[in-house]
Amino acid sequence: MKAKIIITPKKAVLDPQGKTVQTALEHMGHTGIKAVHVGKYLEIELTGTDVEAARQALNAAAHQFLSNPVIEDYHLEICP
Amino acid sequence: MNFAVLQFPASNCDQDCVHAVRVLGHAANFVWHKDTSLGVVDAVIVPGGFSYGDYLRCGAIARFSPVMQAVKQFADNGGLVIGICNGFQILCEAGLLPGALIRNRDLQFHCEQVFLKTANLDTPFTSRIPARAVLKIPIAHGEGCYFADETTLATLQAGNQILWQYCSATGELTEGANPNGSVLNIAGICNDRRNVAGLMPHPDRASEAILGSTDGRFIFESMIAALEAKAAVKVA
Repeated sequence: MKAKIIITPKKAVLDPQGKTVQTALEHMGHTGIKAVHVGKYLEIELTGTDVEAARQALNAAAHQFLSNPVIEDYHLEICP
Repeated sequence: MNFAVLQFPASNCDQDCVHAVRVLGHAANFVWHKDTSLGVVDAVIVPGGFSYGDYLRCGAIARFSPVMQAVKQFADNGGLVIGICNGFQILCEAGLLPGALIRNRDLQFHCEQVFLKTANLDTPFTSRIPARAVLKIPIAHGEGCYFADETTLATLQAGNQILWQYCSATGELTEGANPNGSVLNIAGICNDRRNVAGLMPHPDRASEAILGSTDGRFIFESMIAALEAKAAVKVA
């Protein structure tokens, strides 16, 4: 079983990395880009098979440690 | 007075902090991050550096070190705690101070002298700073842009918890004087009880004339004065 967690900066938080990447893409000629947000991706390999238990435990970990709720949002996905 | 200076893996200003306190004629000792007790101390300094390689987020892993439980308890009991640079980031991650420090607006690491205006002189961290003084203290960080949501900022302002703000050499709070994009030019804050403070600039690196400034001393001297006043009350 595997967990995938995507952490992104909150919309209200300054994201200079996202802005810089967006500018670079535009310089390369890419058009139609509204905004870029740079975050983190974590892949966690799990030994158990209980999807709900894993979701609960990782939600707590993501909230308490893996992301900082003051500045970041996260999305958790469990792949059985 | 006796200061505890915490040491995490990759703290690198711990020696500077101990030296800064000793230069003022007071005692300072290292406390290893795995220790569960601070010992008998009057104040705690969480020093600068790159604890745990800044992995995940600055300060995110250090906050779970065993010693941080002791620091939390010390702060809950009213003890004076100051976090400098990475120490400020750790205190925010630990929830001892509100808000967070994010990547500098220009994505650059800034290592330079900055000027600071003290917004509240009536705290254990600022009482010895001369009124209207513009402090010259260096910064050295890549993630020092202070962020807090509107509600938190309003609370900080209402409670006079903003202690230091980046300013020009003449004391104006300008956008150009803000090295990292911090909201309201915030360089340092304290908690609502006024016993926990954090700042990105390094008073430890501005405590002797040979370093180019002695303005950092005012902050340590304020803490010492507060501790001595508390000790005098206990004796009387």
